[in-house]
Amino acid sequence: MLKTFAYYLVNDLFGMTQGTRLSGALEFFIYDTIKIFLLLSVIIFAVSIIRSYFPPERTKRILSHKREFIGNILAALLGIVTPFCSCSAVPLFIGFVEAGVPLGVTFSFLISSPMVNEVAVVLLWGLFGWKIALIYLGTGLLVAITAGMIIGKLKLEKWVEEYVYKIKSMGALTAVKQTFRDRLVYARENTMDIVKKVWAYVLVAIGIGGFIHGYVPEDFLVRYAGPQNPFGVPIAVALGVPLYSNAAGVIPIVYALMEKGMSMGTVLAFMMAVTALSLPEMIILRKVLKVKLLAVFVSIMTVTIICVGYLFNAIL
Amino acid sequence: MEIKVLGPGCANCHKMEELARTAVKELGVEATVVKITDIGEIAMNGILSTPGLIVNGKIKHSGKPLPSLEKVKELIKSEAV
Repeated sequence: MLKTFAYYLVNDLFGMTQGTRLSGALEFFIYDTIKIFLLLSVIIFAVSIIRSYFPPERTKRILSHKREFIGNILAALLGIVTPFCSCSAVPLFIGFVEAGVPLGVTFSFLISSPMVNEVAVVLLWGLFGWKIALIYLGTGLLVAITAGMIIGKLKLEKWVEEYVYKIKSMGALTAVKQTFRDRLVYARENTMDIVKKVWAYVLVAIGIGGFIHGYVPEDFLVRYAGPQNPFGVPIAVALGVPLYSNAAGVIPIVYALMEKGMSMGTVLAFMMAVTALSLPEMIILRKVLKVKLLAVFVSIMTVTIICVGYLFNAIL
Repeated sequence: MEIKVLGPGCANCHKMEELARTAVKELGVEATVVKITDIGEIAMNGILSTPGLIVNGKIKHSGKPLPSLEKVKELIKSEAV
């Protein structure tokens, strides 16, 4: 139905000759734009309602004194639905540690939360199909669980800044009781908030698909970053680590890279590196982590993400 | 009444402080608005996601999206007995 609408709009309403390259591109653009914004709004709204049941305070209680492994899995899953922004990383970290959430479990949460979220999954779904979206979701969780478990096993508590352990929360009372109506209002506001923040990136991404498509040689990147180049994945990850962007911001780049022949595993690894690790986040986390722990964290993440990249280049 | 706005200084935290001050002015209640930017202190107050709003020691709001001015007024009024 959407396709017919886009076709009607372009060919009848704008009076363009059908079957030309431009009208085809425009149809594609309109169809994809409507589809992706519908998907985004519906799914963010649904996830926001789920989120309202998992404020960070509740997540903290669930994860407190959990055993490793189970704790890591739970933390990675809760990372998807618990609202999080990197400016809150430090109070969240302190709050978790103070409540007795194991260090490795805390890391699983900190990794999964910015990397695996509904915006990333919807955009991948809309632009590349549900299979790629599911693969990203699954491997994102895997990376978060694995990296968190390794950090837990290494017993690196001594490399957390000492003052973190001295903080005792005065535990202010949470006084807000939410009705279902409140949750709907929250979900609506959250959806508008996110769509407002990402719409420009999404349009750019779709624009790349609709218009730049066919103007740059398909195999431009294949030579440098195709599956045949063994260094493609590490190079993509090394480029992605210092870059800072949320999932929406990186999508246009990802789309362009894929269009021009970069292989799937390399692209996914790049996207994970950009969203999970960034210079600003490291500077923020430096307030609670000693440099050694930060270095270990970045190294483990880099290696894990590179492995995921190779894995997918091998099987996709 | 004591109102605390907690946040390290991101754009949303400034907005939250403004909201709290405007709400106090419009309600005409007797209140001090304190801004807390130290991360350790924010955590000590039990706030996990910023910006946070604490009225008389009770967490009334934390995280994004920000509440509307009307909502902030309501939250403050609920303590102003």
